[in-house]
Amino acid sequence: MNALLSVAGLRKSYGPVEVLKGIDFTVAPGEKIALIGPSGSGKSTCLRCMNFLEKPSAGEICLDGERIGVRNGQVMRDRQLAPQRAEMGMVFQLFNLWPHLSVTENVAIAARKVRGLSAGEARELALEMLAKVHMTHRADASPLELSGGQQQRVAIARALAQKPKLMLFDEPTSALDPELVHEVLKVMEELAAEGRTMLIVTHEIAFARDIADRVLFLDGGKIVEAGPARQVITAPREARTQAFLNKIRH
Amino acid sequence: MSGFSLFLSVVNGLAAGLEVTVLVTLASLAFATGVGFLLALVRQFTAIRVVNLAIDAYCEILCNVPALTHLFILYFGLASIGVRLTSIAAAILGLGLIGAAITSSIFRAGFASLPKGQAEASLAAGLTPLQTIFEILTPQAMRIALPALGNYAVQLLKDTSVVSAIAAPEIMFFARSMVTSSFQTTMIYATAAALYLLLSLPLMQVTRFLERRYGRLKG
Repeated sequence: MNALLSVAGLRKSYGPVEVLKGIDFTVAPGEKIALIGPSGSGKSTCLRCMNFLEKPSAGEICLDGERIGVRNGQVMRDRQLAPQRAEMGMVFQLFNLWPHLSVTENVAIAARKVRGLSAGEARELALEMLAKVHMTHRADASPLELSGGQQQRVAIARALAQKPKLMLFDEPTSALDPELVHEVLKVMEELAAEGRTMLIVTHEIAFARDIADRVLFLDGGKIVEAGPARQVITAPREARTQAFLNKIRH
Repeated sequence: MSGFSLFLSVVNGLAAGLEVTVLVTLASLAFATGVGFLLALVRQFTAIRVVNLAIDAYCEILCNVPALTHLFILYFGLASIGVRLTSIAAAILGLGLIGAAITSSIFRAGFASLPKGQAEASLAAGLTPLQTIFEILTPQAMRIALPALGNYAVQLLKDTSVVSAIAAPEIMFFARSMVTSSFQTTMIYATAAALYLLLSLPLMQVTRFLERRYGRLKG
């Protein structure tokens, strides 16, 4: 099967510090990939390079055959990047809902501004997406009135409203109170069951094992181990993967 | 002349300046917020070094030289090289230019206080940088800027009293001229103070109302 997303030779440096040292992987349509690894391993940076929130120093990212972020050998500007970014829905660790807009407007605004839907159409779409994350009952609330788990579910609806080819999750449960993690993971599980293509940076190892098709273990800016989720997590081959998994289990 | 009718004639005399005080306040407020917002946008969201340095210099100079000095430069200084402004035009322009420096810092602080994730989420959703600035960042920055802008507006109203020094016929201009002819110093200046209060208190109330209405972004 052709890859939906392909990443080749991805490097990223901040000044003299190289945080990504050549990352290669592909994601097939409908595939769920979990990126795990110790903090500072580069997994969030790697994810943020997919939609060029971080501009890679080198390498090639292609989504559905289209080179992301580079045109005629030039790194594209934010204005040019907008349509490519719209193809990828992104969910952030800190939700990043827009507090001056209602829940529904948060989900609807990109549909209006980017895809040119009418206010009515966008609202309808937003309500449909909010239903997917079980948040219809707070459609008219302000994001500020919501719990962390609810905010993150709205953020997921906002990303879904882009009708993205690929969903990017950047530690979506790391900022949540422990008792709220479950409701977000449940929504993600439902999305996975719909056959969506998902790239997930996470510390929820059990979730990665059960939901992901494959796991990439990053350490020191490189993929140290990659393979089927259950195998990498329950029977890792590499010493570093074993050490990491041991550490977070205890 | 009885005490009361004297008081009435003072009020009458000062009220002649009311219109100019209000005009200069509103016009320079509009000029200051408009230009200040543009300066803040350019300074915050472009990376043209020369332009940004120029904006910084502008803000430093206008914030750190007394208003009276600016007004004298605009009114007398320009006149000496052949550019003649009316005293009211010089007052509006002078206070407006100073105000632009002040409000641009206020707006910039508003933009700067927004978490980086706000813009990132917008760009990630496919909004362009301009859409991000105007749909996502500006409404939030405005709300944050509101209390400081309100304080500035009240400060500005009070500062209009300095334009009497370039003969703009506002409240203090009439107060001073009445004092020189009637010598009712205390009563005239106290009435002027009351008149300023009458203007600034409602202005403060409007600001508070706007803050209550729009200003709440934190739960």
